[in-house]
Amino acid sequence: MKILVCISNVPDTTSKITFTNNNSEFNNTGIQYIINPYDEIALSKAVDLVNGGADGTVTVINVGDVSTEPTIRKALAIGADQAIRVNATPKDAWFVANQIAEYAKSNDFDLILTGRESIDYNGAQVPAMLGELLSIPSVSIAKKLTIEGNEATIEREIEGGKEVLTANLPVVVGTAEGVAEPKIPNMRGIMGARSKPLEIVEPIAVAALTSFSHYETPAIRSNVKLIEESNVNELVNLLHTEAKVI
Amino acid sequence: MSVLVYIENTEGLLKKSAFEVASYASQIANLQQTQAVAISIGDVADTELQKLENYGISKVLTVTNDNLKSFINQAYASIIAAGAQKEGADIVVLSNSFSGKGLAPRIATKLEAGLVSGAISIPTFNADSTEVKRTAFSSKAIATVTITSPIKVITLSPNAFEVEEHKVSAQIENFVPEIATTDFNTIVKEIVRATDKISLPEAEIVVSAGRGLKGPENWGMIEELADVLGAATACSKPVSDAGWRPHAEHVGQTGIVVSPNLYIAIGISGAIQHLAGVSSSKTIVVINKDPEAPFFKVADYGIVGDAFVVVPQLIAALKTYKGNS
Ligand SMILES: Cc1cc2nc3c(=O)[nH]c(=O)nc-3n(C[C@H](O)[C@H](O)[C@H](O)COP(=O)(O)OP(=O)(O)OC[C@H]3O[C@@H](n4cnc5c(N)ncnc54)[C@H](O)[C@@H]3O)c2cc1C
Ligand SMILES: Nc1ncnc2c1ncn2[C@@H]1O[C@H](COP(=O)(O)O)[C@@H](O)[C@H]1O
Repeated sequence: MKILVCISNVPDTTSKITFTNNNSEFNNTGIQYIINPYDEIALSKAVDLVNGGADGTVTVINVGDVSTEPTIRKALAIGADQAIRVNATPKDAWFVANQIAEYAKSNDFDLILTGRESIDYNGAQVPAMLGELLSIPSVSIAKKLTIEGNEATIEREIEGGKEVLTANLPVVVGTAEGVAEPKIPNMRGIMGARSKPLEIVEPIAVAALTSFSHYETPAIRSNVKLIEESNVNELVNLLHTEAKVI
Repeated sequence: MSVLVYIENTEGLLKKSAFEVASYASQIANLQQTQAVAISIGDVADTELQKLENYGISKVLTVTNDNLKSFINQAYASIIAAGAQKEGADIVVLSNSFSGKGLAPRIATKLEAGLVSGAISIPTFNADSTEVKRTAFSSKAIATVTITSPIKVITLSPNAFEVEEHKVSAQIENFVPEIATTDFNTIVKEIVRATDKISLPEAEIVVSAGRGLKGPENWGMIEELADVLGAATACSKPVSDAGWRPHAEHVGQTGIVVSPNLYIAIGISGAIQHLAGVSSSKTIVVINKDPEAPFFKVADYGIVGDAFVVVPQLIAALKTYKGNS
């Protein structure tokens, strides 16, 4: 089985988010970058599926400039066999999906895994765009994934429940918590990652359709009103008369 | 020009999010001086669809077909895109629901439309671009997104937009688009619905608990509190990691993002990754025995106290309140 895993490079989850240039750009000063946590799940699943190389190969792909290479190396350390970096700054999901689809078209993959969403721009757009661009099924938010022969069985979340569906490979699956336990690279993985192939591919010309033009940080809540432990009636009262939420 | 809005149903019934998107679409149509057309797929009674006229929808396309009883996102996306073309829609609106997330990027790709997911505002229309607000960086920021394509697809964040009644009269029209057999590549085997449960992403009130509860056996009072409030239950990540609660209840940066009117956090410390999933809640109540818990910094109301004492009292007080009102 040939698996492609799409990984994005995102600010560490504990990052304080600020903006520069009149609030029009994300301020990356001092920001630590990591593999998007959902993509780590996708990658861990892929590594499990190929079973130490016995049952296939895992290729990771990232659309990004040279600064994303440490993240790509980490993916190789976790267990991917090779990596592709499409040498471009991601503009929007449409741009990214087109770059990945272009690569995927000429390299028959049986399975394409993405995260359910990137934790920076949170579009949750790339997986279904890939499915459409490649004319194959996609499931954007999968909680479970099993592959048997040529068939994928996927459990996806729906409002107030879950749905189990099947599809013949190839499919695109956006992975969420539950698909796999995130793997941590070990020493052997880290050493090995250095010598694994990382190929740089030039982007195709695609115009972005959207852009992030301005940011605000959400309003800070006015100070918390503390209520005595013994006075829950007061809380009920405030929720009714002041907050008007019950 | 028109605005097309996809109306989801759950076993033939329209839920609150359906009226939210209908109302949102008709307000956009009003701004643009055009009409809002709804599209529904699957078996939904006309009397149910007719309800959309209370929210400014003047026409409903209904697509029924035995092959469309379950959700097949490729086929559904083709139908909605065909509906957009038929109606000359330049704006397509969906809910940012689980299904909406699977559909909108496919529709946008078909129409070469810019897509904004999880919108929290009505768009502003400029001469050559459209601007919409949404959250980004896991709710740590609000971003204004500019769309430059002629056709735009927008998914609306649940609970972010006040439903407004605006009565018009709607005509219901059968729509029979051509659907390619190659669009039926997935087969739904099973749907499990916890019917008595309120869906977390759509809930107006969420009662959430963390590691402070000590173990799964203590969730009885959390469920009871949720019950009294008509709330959904949620939890922090370590709680679902430990298997105390299902993964589907985990909120935060790597879980579900919620924006209810009221979020009650019990025995949750308020780590930045947790806050990322709840900070757009309108009102936050924190119950924690540690006065230094970071959650208090973002709360509207707080009780410093032991959950095992406070929660039962709160349940009792709410029961009395509900009994009197
Ligand atoms: C990459 C990454 C992603 C993450 N994503 C998420 C995410 O999406 N969602 C998430 O929730 N976390 C996430 N986390 C974990 C997060 O950092 C915290 O570890 C987690 O939120 C803590 O959960 P908690 O508050 O339930 O537990 P703790 O931090 O252990 O807090 C328990 C709280 O309960 C209080 N308490 C104890 N006993 C009582 C009592 N009897 N009565 C009242 N209060 C009591 C304590 O004072 C304490 O504040 C992520 C972490 C990482 C590294
Ligand atoms: N620049 C990128 N390079 C490679 N994959 C990406 C990139 N951006 C997003 N993805 C993938 O698409 C998924 C969804 O991202 P998004 O649509 O941005 O929320 C992510 O979890 C990644 O798997």
